[in-house]
Amino acid sequence: MRDSRMKCRKCGRPAAINMRRHKLALCEECYPAWFRGQVERTIRQFQMLAPDDRVLVAVSGGKDSLSVWDVLLRLGYQAEGMYIDLGIPDGGYSTESKMRALRFAEGRGATCHVVSVRDTYGLSVPELAARRGRMTKACSLCGLVKRHIMNGFAWERRFSVLVTGHNLDDEAAVLMQNTLTWQTGYLARQFPVLPADEEGLTRKVKPLCLMYEREVAAYALVSGIDYIQDECPHAVGARTLFYKEILNQLEHRSPGAKAYFFAQFLRAKESGSIQFVEEGAASLHPCERCGQPTTAPGLCAFCRLWQADTETHEGEDET
Amino acid sequence: MVVVRYRGKQYEVKAGMTARDAILKLGLDPEAVLVLRNGKLVDDSAILQDGDEVTIVAVVSGG
Repeated sequence: MRDSRMKCRKCGRPAAINMRRHKLALCEECYPAWFRGQVERTIRQFQMLAPDDRVLVAVSGGKDSLSVWDVLLRLGYQAEGMYIDLGIPDGGYSTESKMRALRFAEGRGATCHVVSVRDTYGLSVPELAARRGRMTKACSLCGLVKRHIMNGFAWERRFSVLVTGHNLDDEAAVLMQNTLTWQTGYLARQFPVLPADEEGLTRKVKPLCLMYEREVAAYALVSGIDYIQDECPHAVGARTLFYKEILNQLEHRSPGAKAYFFAQFLRAKESGSIQFVEEGAASLHPCERCGQPTTAPGLCAFCRLWQADTETHEGEDET
Repeated sequence: MVVVRYRGKQYEVKAGMTARDAILKLGLDPEAVLVLRNGKLVDDSAILQDGDEVTIVAVVSGG
């Protein structure tokens, strides 16, 4: 029987992945180097990292954060990891994901810091969400907690850059959501690099922002990265998943659609052909309790979360 | 028959199918999954054989 399998463009061996947007199929041996080259190009394109940067990678134990950490270590950056133990008990989710983050670090002789939300603040994220009656919006609460802890940790330890594993699907889903609802404030801030333009803020970069989620997962699998494949139990029904599904339907009909959507947005912002004004944007000042920059008067959104009777709003303090 | 695992469940598909056929047979989006055959990543055109151990890996995470 004739072998009808797709072949690697570089070496002719059977392909492990076919990337229709690039019209490129690669084998397990050729793919990792190609992937790292693409990430390196993104880092250069957006001037994300300098060779002497002290880099802190926010790691969850998932494919994206472990892959970006792997790439940065292989490219020679001084990159330490930081795992936030959210205390999610379902199916041992937090225990399993922490174990993978620590095992990854150990295998590469890298440092992985661990911050437990419960040990530090008294409640796990699910307990906090339950107390605030926000189980249905646990993801936004979790995001707020993670952003606050990541920024504070990086700032206190004098890391010059905080790296997150956001991929193109993450970015395109957020872009679609914010465009459909014309959230101009969020659209104004969305970019692969968020500068540290205020005392107390750490510069944030997303080296995987031009890689498809499928491509990142393929990198993790062929590189032997043991990541947690289970979805976070609190993400079931999350809006991000809905937008990703729609974007994948577009991609199915029109390969490259996701990349074009996000890349054109970035180009338009960089060229100034679209501009967003953050209406009523207040200047940042230190939170009265933790000292992190906030636009809110008095306490920041994170510190208000821990007060029993105060309101917080989705997306507040998106630093 | 070929046993296909996906999210902790087992399914059976006919030998001779491509990986893409199996993905579609399970009602999954080819953009949202990858296929491992006997532990190796294979592209959608790979033909599944009797005795292959196939795992479909979901790649989408959210929240």
